[in-house]
Amino acid sequence: MEHKTCFHCGLDSTTSEIIYDDKSFCCNGCKTVYEIFSANDLTCYYDLQNAPGTTPKEIEGKYNFLDNPKIVERLLEFNDEKTQIVTLYIPHIHCSSCIWILENLNKLHPSVSSSIVNFGKKTVRVNYNTEHFSLKGLVKLLSSIGYEPFISLDDYSVGKKNVDRSLIYKLGVASFAFGNIMFLSFPEYFQVSGFWIEKYAPVFRWLMFVFSLPVVFYSAQDYFISAYKGIRSKILNIDVPIALGAAVLFIRSTAEIVFNIGTGFFDSLSGLIFFLLLGKFFQQKTYTFLSFERDYKSYFPIGITKILSDNSETSIQVYDIEKGDRLLIRNEELIPVDCILIKGKARIDYSFVTGESEAVSKQSGDKLFAGGKQLNGSIEVDALKTVEQSYLTQLWSNDVFSKNKEDGFTTLTNAISKRFTIAVLSIAIVATSYWLFSDASKALNVFTSVLIIACPCAIALAAPFTFGNLLRIFGKLKFYAKNASVIEQLAAVDTIIFDKTGTITANKETSIEYNGLELSEDEEALLKSTLRNSNHPLSRSLYSLLNDNDIVTLDTYEEHVGKGIEAQHNQDSIKIGSAPFVGYTSETATLNTAVHVSTNNKYKGSFTFYNKYRKGLSKLFNKLKKEYDLVILSGDNAGEKENLTKLLPAKTKLFFNQKPEDKLEYIKHHQNSGAKVLMIGDGLNDAGALAQSNVGIAISENVNVFSPACDAILDATKFNQLYHFIKASKSAIKIIKWSFLLSLIYNCIGLYFAVTGQLAPVIAAILMPLSSISIVVFTTICTNIIAPPSLSIGEEYSDE
Amino acid sequence: MSVIYILLTISIVVAIGFFVAFIVAVKRGQFDDSYTPSVRMLFEDELVKDKPEKTILTKEDQQF
Repeated sequence: MEHKTCFHCGLDSTTSEIIYDDKSFCCNGCKTVYEIFSANDLTCYYDLQNAPGTTPKEIEGKYNFLDNPKIVERLLEFNDEKTQIVTLYIPHIHCSSCIWILENLNKLHPSVSSSIVNFGKKTVRVNYNTEHFSLKGLVKLLSSIGYEPFISLDDYSVGKKNVDRSLIYKLGVASFAFGNIMFLSFPEYFQVSGFWIEKYAPVFRWLMFVFSLPVVFYSAQDYFISAYKGIRSKILNIDVPIALGAAVLFIRSTAEIVFNIGTGFFDSLSGLIFFLLLGKFFQQKTYTFLSFERDYKSYFPIGITKILSDNSETSIQVYDIEKGDRLLIRNEELIPVDCILIKGKARIDYSFVTGESEAVSKQSGDKLFAGGKQLNGSIEVDALKTVEQSYLTQLWSNDVFSKNKEDGFTTLTNAISKRFTIAVLSIAIVATSYWLFSDASKALNVFTSVLIIACPCAIALAAPFTFGNLLRIFGKLKFYAKNASVIEQLAAVDTIIFDKTGTITANKETSIEYNGLELSEDEEALLKSTLRNSNHPLSRSLYSLLNDNDIVTLDTYEEHVGKGIEAQHNQDSIKIGSAPFVGYTSETATLNTAVHVSTNNKYKGSFTFYNKYRKGLSKLFNKLKKEYDLVILSGDNAGEKENLTKLLPAKTKLFFNQKPEDKLEYIKHHQNSGAKVLMIGDGLNDAGALAQSNVGIAISENVNVFSPACDAILDATKFNQLYHFIKASKSAIKIIKWSFLLSLIYNCIGLYFAVTGQLAPVIAAILMPLSSISIVVFTTICTNIIAPPSLSIGEEYSDE
Repeated sequence: MSVIYILLTISIVVAIGFFVAFIVAVKRGQFDDSYTPSVRMLFEDELVKDKPEKTILTKEDQQF
């Protein structure tokens, strides 16, 4: 048969036999979306990109909470009698077709007046009329075309977030003033005396003074504030000499024009502030599509269905859940509070919370913990606690989440600035006292000149530009760091702790091993056909891993929940499932997940599931072991212990059955004995550990979906390059040290002019930008040299 | 009055004009999303019905 792909979503549609309009579709969902689009003249969608869509998911009842006006009110950005504006996050936005269709929503529903997509943030802002439409209608409309929005507890405070653009304003003011002051300074650069200058110089000088006011009092205010704070807590940070230099520049320049002695240094002053702000701006690299601040709120639903005493259903907000409430959890929904199962068959996936890879079955009367995901139909539960008091959410009340990691970390720049400031002050004092004796009129001039020329602009720029550039290079290589300080801390790390499930193992891939009597061809066909009917996750993964066989039609098929499946074809019967179910009694204690098979009531053997480790894992560990202490902290059981010991270097420490708090405590303990810890994890269960560690990196299979709060996000495919990222961070520190040396040379040249009392404004105006620019060039070239090579490493690992 | 004052006034007024335009643009969020408008401006042609031409947008690398 010819291989066909779905016209809408691009998945395989060879077997589906759904043909509409001469196009083949993989399922009815995709066909329906196509029908909607073609009925509304929106098939352009398919011209912009091949198969851009996704299959719409069943959402029945899922958005009933949007009937609750209190919840809706919190989600809306704007609301009056007729119009509402809402911004929805849609994870599926990925191509230009998506932008096109979402901005043409008004063609699908007349009540939508406009919609604007922000591609980077994957959001759509919709403006709609509420007379015949509602937010619930909008969400249903979006879901029906495969663009289901993601609404979580995090959105509850939407509309209150203000974008902080103050740095751009400050930079704008500084560059505006810098440019104008430069122009106004030009006449006096080239002509020192003469009729023209004498007549017009005051006008130019006072204009420069006016332009410099917003620079000093607005653009530079952060440096003064930071220097003041530093001195108060007795730390000579880099902002102290900067603020000192800027203040002296401004006061001396003002004094010069007031007493008509000279033109002042307004050009250098505004240039200095401009370059410093530019460095700050460059250091900020924001990934709009990533969030580093997620906590449980991003995972939890906003609303949940509550069953009232008269058996009617109502939607309430999760914060309103009280102890004793009866709740309805639908298929694929997250359990928001600790509760007791009352009705229904629960299969809970706790991988979010504990890192355990297998879903667990629960009987009524069992306790369920918040954060689990129901996988098997609807269940009814009784709430035991409120959201904030639940087992998982309590983790966030730990004070590591309110601490700012950057506090208490002395950056390289601040470390050097202490010595630098003392050195500059002593040079200034020595030079001034010399001049006091030889030529007292020049003493004040020399004192201020030293402070001006020693203003550590270049030193302050070295780190922002080095780290800022490396941040961008890392971003291109799919390692997204939150800010520059993360790279600096990464270079100082000496202990690396890994989570197991989802971090060193790949989430989706498992390998299966068969032990037992060989199966005949008929038996294999029967096995495969039987598995085909089952929706159990183990059946699905076993099914996809078995070789292709002819599919036979089963005579009988029965599924025993929690035990296994049973089927019959002609004379042969088969049982697949747990050991007792298939009649295998001599079960050996194994911690790994296994599926047992028997045919015609005769035991055949078992399929054992093993975690599949990421490519290049042992190579990476062998590289890292020379310089780092390696630890694995797993929330899973010890089933893989033997496997891991074989795979990893002997000195790697392995710990199993670690609860989220255990991981946090382990890291804390080691930090207290002086270790600098890098934690690499993936799930919510690692959130505490990621926050406690010096650097927390979250591994993500798909960076657009969720990862817990962390300092950096690493794309799973780049996991084996971790060593190179750390190495590049270390080289960055070296670059910064060389830059310091370079800027010290500039300072020495400047100091020569300053202490000899011959610092003219034009020298300062040349020397300052020159030193800054050469530092920028130097760091940019060097960071590109040390950057991890993206292609060569990929090849090195691809042959594994 | 010397011509220099007029020239200075004009130059400062023009500079302030651009400065205000920049501040207004930032305030309205024009710099917040630098990618979507670049795609959006290419759509106008596609809206004309009947067999729209496939543009460079069909390339895979348009994905972010």
